[in-house]
Amino acid sequence: MEGNIADLGSLNMIGYGLAAIGPGIGIGLIFAAYISGVARQPEARGMLQSIAILGFALAEALAIIGIGLAFAL
Amino acid sequence: MSSSVLAVEGEGFVSPGPGTFVYPPAFGEGSLVTKPMLIVILGSLAVAVFFFLAARRAAMVPGKTQFVGESLYGFVRNSIALEAIGKPGLKYVPYLATVFFFLATLNISGILPLVQFPATSKIAIPLFLAVISCVIFNVIGIKREGLGGYFKHMMFPSGIPWPVYILLAPIEFVSTIIIRPLTLTLRLTFNMFAGHLVLVLFILGGEYLVFEYGGVVGIAAGTVALLGSLVLTAFEGFVQLLQAYVFTLLSALYIGGALQDEH
Repeated sequence: MEGNIADLGSLNMIGYGLAAIGPGIGIGLIFAAYISGVARQPEARGMLQSIAILGFALAEALAIIGIGLAFAL
Repeated sequence: MSSSVLAVEGEGFVSPGPGTFVYPPAFGEGSLVTKPMLIVILGSLAVAVFFFLAARRAAMVPGKTQFVGESLYGFVRNSIALEAIGKPGLKYVPYLATVFFFLATLNISGILPLVQFPATSKIAIPLFLAVISCVIFNVIGIKREGLGGYFKHMMFPSGIPWPVYILLAPIEFVSTIIIRPLTLTLRLTFNMFAGHLVLVLFILGGEYLVFEYGGVVGIAAGTVALLGSLVLTAFEGFVQLLQAYVFTLLSALYIGGALQDEH
């Protein structure tokens, strides 16, 4: 029984799905800005890349905390 | 509850859950060693032996092993330490490189054939490293500015009207001391956790569809799922390296923040 997602209640999973919308939009915006930045100024790619990955990691942390709580609560 | 409902309906497939991450002792009852522990030990040994061999006979004209070792170390040095901290960051490259290669190895163990379990999905390992990172950047800050000065810089940044401090000071304190190591830990743990769960789901589900559900539909859907698991394995490998990079980069940024004058 312990290894069954269904036991945890599907409401948690629906909640997680809703919680993932925000970070999803955020990550999309980050990479959109990164792509248009590189398109305008290709030589800034290296600098923009680490900033974009940093922003991606910070936005993604929200989704990841969401899935952690979906299992924990 | 719902699993018993499913069982009554005659569906035999039990989807993998957090129980997938609980391993029995590896050498029978009573031994304390489990599979994740073995992965940690062997992974650390592999990293140590590789870098020992790479650095053992350091020559002016590097051999193959030395070249690979130096390129990997140079990656951490140039695109993490120098990028995120700058010149003073060179002092912290050994720590950052250790963290990066330790995490990268333990993450990649999630897609390594026959091993296939990311040891970092056990919260103890990321938590331990995050606490070390947290202690390091706090100690650097306290050493540089003194205990009072460090907390003053952290909680009361200059150039802000004083009523804001009532809100800002506790937020800054909690975010630096608690939220930073916590998010470092959770990000890595649950990335590996979720990734492993998805892989297990695709492979077990595909296997169930092909061999037990059967029929044209089952075999077609199961084949798609099994092929999808190959693609996902490649994607997981990318995510695992990326997460090791992100953990190291964030540690470096926190260290850099403690080294800077204006917080």
